[in-house]
Amino acid sequence: MTSHLHGDDAAAASPQQPLGRPTEQRESAPPSSSYVYAIGRAGAGLDTAAPRLTGLRAGRVRTASADGLTALVSSVPADAFSEEGMKAQLENLTELEEIARTHHTVVESAHTGTTVLPMRLATVYLDDARVRSMLRERAAEFEALLSRLEGHAELGVKVYADPRAAAADPAPATSDGPEPAAPLVGPGRAYLRQRRARCETQRDAYRAAGAVADEVRDRAAALARDRVAHRPQQGELAAGAGENIANEAYLVPTGRLREFHRTLTGLADGVPGVRIEVTGPWAPYSFATATATAPPPAESRSV
Amino acid sequence: MSDSLAGRMGPSSGPSPYGGQGSSANLADILERVLDKGVVIAGDIQINLLDIELLTIKLRLLVASVDKAKEMGIDWWEHDPSLSSRARPPQQVPAGQPPETGRDPLADENRQLRAELAELRAAIGSPQGSDGHRTHHEEEQ
Repeated sequence: MTSHLHGDDAAAASPQQPLGRPTEQRESAPPSSSYVYAIGRAGAGLDTAAPRLTGLRAGRVRTASADGLTALVSSVPADAFSEEGMKAQLENLTELEEIARTHHTVVESAHTGTTVLPMRLATVYLDDARVRSMLRERAAEFEALLSRLEGHAELGVKVYADPRAAAADPAPATSDGPEPAAPLVGPGRAYLRQRRARCETQRDAYRAAGAVADEVRDRAAALARDRVAHRPQQGELAAGAGENIANEAYLVPTGRLREFHRTLTGLADGVPGVRIEVTGPWAPYSFATATATAPPPAESRSV
Repeated sequence: MSDSLAGRMGPSSGPSPYGGQGSSANLADILERVLDKGVVIAGDIQINLLDIELLTIKLRLLVASVDKAKEMGIDWWEHDPSLSSRARPPQQVPAGQPPETGRDPLADENRQLRAELAELRAAIGSPQGSDGHRTHHEEEQ
């Protein structure tokens, strides 16, 4: 079906490919596509990592290499990963979570051994030969990104304002400001005073969190090579008490990861109502954002 | 690398030189990376990026408003202890921040303003208006 596109690749099909080429499977096994997780430099790092990894649908992860680059790939059922099939999967949040976590796990496992460029979720090719030709087409672009990211990892920093934590703090957070002399305090007045104190605590917590977030940026700038701001996380998925007011990713040299972690984590110490969460190290997702503008191949598989 | 529920429930521990998250990483953190970031190249199978954007928007909606998501019948996080362990009570909206959808920030703010107004009235000794009396009838003057 696609052999005219890669006649010479057919002869050079990788012996690591256990299932053989899709065209050969047609008769026996259901057709499969090649799902790409990440790209790195060809070499021992990814070659040894791949066989230990399990991809989507429990598929074995293998390598597809060209021009000094290696893609981590696994076979996925062509029908489930067709345009329609994938859309259905991604719209199902349970399946989306499964795909996202598996994708992430493969990327991250590879990243422990060598620098990799994580692919965006759901990057699928007809077969490994098409993956190799993609590597050849974009070799220069990937090379440049890999050189830039080499020796770095991504750390996430989230700053939370948590007024309830501040209110629970026994330390008198509210100042005794200019209070009109009120020798007699009724229950209503007492209620209001309490209420205002709560509001002040809340405002203080947000103000303090903003100040901490500024300091995070200052301190991180000295340790990190690059920075990307993400949307603050809200709602049930934001798994932390309080409100996320800053959510950033930093590209940090691996030699400074611990220092970065230690420095940033400590910035909210002793600040009531403010919490800092440092996540990672991640593969450099937020900094591998080259967007190819070349038009996609016109070919698409019909299912 | 087990993707079992138990495998991803553990809290992330301190930093290791590489790969400290494991499969325990927070789903929101993973999604914002695998859906929004990473190298974007058009594969052979054309997942319309628009669809992905729609999905992302839907997720953001979900992430922004739990109540709305529940109306849509989406409650999958409730079955995942790593996501539902934290009960998130309604929150106040900080001054200067856009109001959050799905809660009732205006009502909260209203109450708060009424209370402050009543207190100011009390402080300057003016008779309380009908407003103050409605909200704080226990107020002594």
